[in-house]
Amino acid sequence: MVTKIYSGENKNLAAISSFIVDQAGRAGFSSRNIYAIQTAVDEACSNIIDHAYGGEGLGFIKVNVDILDSAIKITITDDGLPFNPDEVPEPDLQNAFENRKERGLGIYFMRKLMDEVSFDFSNKHHNTLVMIKKRDIVS
Amino acid sequence: MMEIVTTQYKHCDLVKPIGRIDSYTAPQLGAMLQALYDDDHFKIVIDLSEVQYMSSAGLLILVFFQKTCKNYNHGEILLAGIPESIQLTFQLAGFDKLFRCYHDAISAVTSL
Repeated sequence: MVTKIYSGENKNLAAISSFIVDQAGRAGFSSRNIYAIQTAVDEACSNIIDHAYGGEGLGFIKVNVDILDSAIKITITDDGLPFNPDEVPEPDLQNAFENRKERGLGIYFMRKLMDEVSFDFSNKHHNTLVMIKKRDIVS
Repeated sequence: MMEIVTTQYKHCDLVKPIGRIDSYTAPQLGAMLQALYDDDHFKIVIDLSEVQYMSSAGLLILVFFQKTCKNYNHGEILLAGIPESIQLTFQLAGFDKLFRCYHDAISAVTSL
């Protein structure tokens, strides 16, 4: 299990991605799935900066990676404001081009690209997001 | 880190971001496209062949400027050289239907 703590600033997204890509690579994921995991984590951290903290440099982002036998488990913690992900509408992918609303794309990517995504806002002091990607099955 | 190389042709502009497009660097791409738009350049090819990663922030900038450019004088943004990794999120978002996509920048430039 490896944990890194970053200041909640957009300039740190590249370093967070490097950490995740390195860990997922060590865990033996395919390049396609490494990209998927990288995207999910990047979108989660961007959302924390934008929505939980409401701006840059206002708190930390703790990223914990646990490589399991069957999966990679990523736990992301922040101490910003909780928000209800169920209230974020799914992006409007079917509507006509001119009328499309593009909100919620980050959470949509997280849910589509990872096998499990769960938010926990029950702790008074911090928010926790757990995302799991199962290992590629090699037949 | 991201670098943007632009080439001006008679009938269009080629914009080539190099590196990573995330919430930190996407505004840089947005500023470049806005500068072209402000100069009445509405036909733009974006060569993504050397982009290692693009988040929703980058994707949304492409969509915003596609909508903007299409409003003016047959303007359009074409995409070229989209790496396989980026295709994953591009298709998930349904953006492959919003852009004409080409294998390489020259094909895109000559099609305009």
